[in-house]
Amino acid sequence: MSRVLHLSGGFIVIAALFAAVAWLSDHPVYRQIPEGSAVMMLTFVHSADRRGECRRLSPEEIAKLPPNMRRVQDCPRGRRPIYVELDVDGRNIYRASLPPTGIAGDGPSRVYQRFVLPARRYDVAVRMRDTARSDGFDHERHEAIEVAPDQLFVIDYRPESGEFIFR
Amino acid sequence: MIGAIRKALRTGFILIEQPFDRLFGPSLNPLAQLGALGFFFFWIVAVSGIYLFIFFDTGIERAYQSVEHLTRDQWFHAGVMRSFHRYASDLMVVMVAVHLLREFSYDRYRGVRWYSWFTGLPIIWLLYASGITGYWLVWDKLAQYVALASSELLDWLPIFGEPIARNFIATGTLTSRFFSLMVFMHVAVPLFLLFIMWVHILRISRPRVNPPRALALLSLAALVAVSIWKPAISQGRAELAVVPSPVGLDWFFLPLYPLANIWSNGTVWALLGAFSLMIALMPWLPPLRRAKAADIDLAHCNGCTRCAEDCPYEAIRMVPRTDGMPFPAQAEVNPSLCVSCGICVGACPSSTPFRRTQDLRTGIDLPEFSLKELRERVVEIAGTLKGSGRVLVLACEHGAAAGRLEGTVVMPCVAMAPPSLIDFILSRDLADGVAVAGCAESACYNRLGIKWTEQRFAGERDPYLRARVPRERIALIWASALAVSRTEAEIAAFATRLVALPPKRLRSPLPVSAGSPPARVHAPAEPGNGP
Repeated sequence: MSRVLHLSGGFIVIAALFAAVAWLSDHPVYRQIPEGSAVMMLTFVHSADRRGECRRLSPEEIAKLPPNMRRVQDCPRGRRPIYVELDVDGRNIYRASLPPTGIAGDGPSRVYQRFVLPARRYDVAVRMRDTARSDGFDHERHEAIEVAPDQLFVIDYRPESGEFIFR
Repeated sequence: MIGAIRKALRTGFILIEQPFDRLFGPSLNPLAQLGALGFFFFWIVAVSGIYLFIFFDTGIERAYQSVEHLTRDQWFHAGVMRSFHRYASDLMVVMVAVHLLREFSYDRYRGVRWYSWFTGLPIIWLLYASGITGYWLVWDKLAQYVALASSELLDWLPIFGEPIARNFIATGTLTSRFFSLMVFMHVAVPLFLLFIMWVHILRISRPRVNPPRALALLSLAALVAVSIWKPAISQGRAELAVVPSPVGLDWFFLPLYPLANIWSNGTVWALLGAFSLMIALMPWLPPLRRAKAADIDLAHCNGCTRCAEDCPYEAIRMVPRTDGMPFPAQAEVNPSLCVSCGICVGACPSSTPFRRTQDLRTGIDLPEFSLKELRERVVEIAGTLKGSGRVLVLACEHGAAAGRLEGTVVMPCVAMAPPSLIDFILSRDLADGVAVAGCAESACYNRLGIKWTEQRFAGERDPYLRARVPRERIALIWASALAVSRTEAEIAAFATRLVALPPKRLRSPLPVSAGSPPARVHAPAEPGNGP
């Protein structure tokens, strides 16, 4: 009888502990953004122009190269950083010079930035410079958008079409 | 500082363990079975995972649908299994966390125990990797949150050329092959986890990898009850164009994810790095001062293997004989594994205080607290006992009686005392009774000290306590360092009982010189006590 009582008590304690664990497995709920707000995300992966101009090799220079490594042009390996700006309602919320990735600096530049904003209508402008020019921009888009609560609004860039995508 | 934290934690554990001991009994106390319960929950997760895999379909749409089908339509078996899978995983995290804290609080992570502590660290990492990859598979809102937050964390590391989080921000970037990859990860990582769990217990003699059957059945029944009361369910289909908020987080597996949002991914990595480094270095902060390892005296070792069988740390192995004696093997101590607990001394059949050699020697002994010193200490302390109902206490240095000033001989572990020492004390009238006072039953510092002592006294394990020793003159007291008053009360009650007993029939009165053996009286040889 005593053993049965002990086991019953043990079961109650274990079940209570397990119930607490089960409750904590999805409570309390977590809200990563305030109610009524949304996330605007600026993200793209894009390779800027190379750091220098390609130079055409002379026939003598080509002949000096091993047969399997002969090429017409000699291009610098490294790429330029990309300069990007994001304005919301005329106010700049992000600007950065994005260095190329890779040990040799020959990889694409990348950006992944989240901005939590109240859900409403916005005037969004995004600009990017990926060439050797020192002022002005190579790509930009300016548009009024409506952001719904809990929406994930993404600003991406498509290198193949050379334009910013709003979605 | 570390010592103060350890002491506070130990006090907390002892205070919790005492009522648990009363409720469950020491053998079923879950706090004494944390490692075994960790293994138990791993197997529940493994079996339930295999069962769920039968119903799971990989694919962006099909993953969620198949999980919903098994949760809603097949709730009575697959749904329950899903709850088993989820809650047993959470319980494994709880077991690992409490196990880590408890071993820390009892100072069982330094010295030779560094290995198990150190190999516990990859277990934590792999356990979390296993759980987190599992959450991705459901492909509900929580999965979307976990996928995005995990990949943002990984993207912080300069490993990936392109941010992998970009795969989870727009429909069309994710393919069904992703789910095949995640299934592979969710199988491979737990398999590796199991391998490391095996490595974790490699240096432990007789590791407890299965909880007692009654405790396992209680846990299983409780798991069934909780799974029916609160089944694990999905949190709505993942929609990549919508921020998954709010989500019901699993606070056992995902407590750091909100921190990444509040602080930054870099800070979370710094926190994880600092935690891992701290855990890895703790066995040496500061290092444990170790007594010298046990020594073998080949002249008294017949290669009986009892010391090797009883060592809780796998520190003794039997090797071919090297001294030409006609025995096939001899014991060999690995000093890097020996904690000098003395359990081997208590196991050695040569360890008998009745031996008549001038300089008491045994087959295996502790250089810093030899059997000879133990006998001398017993004789010396016994000489201070006065009156009727004289009780000599043989105390473990980690138990409640370790701080007693009178009538007590303290040793590294009560299992260091060979059963013949009890016979020696009683037959030579050194005391009217012997109280063997060790650690709490569910928290033996040297893991097997209490078990071996009880088995030796019960005649179930070599070397046996001889039949002639009056059992009513022996008291076994297992109590934690906090249970001093209970221990004192039990010793006092034992002394009172001794007064009421009829006088002992003395077989071997103490010789005039305490250190030298008696001149005339022979202790009859019995199996188990001879070399």
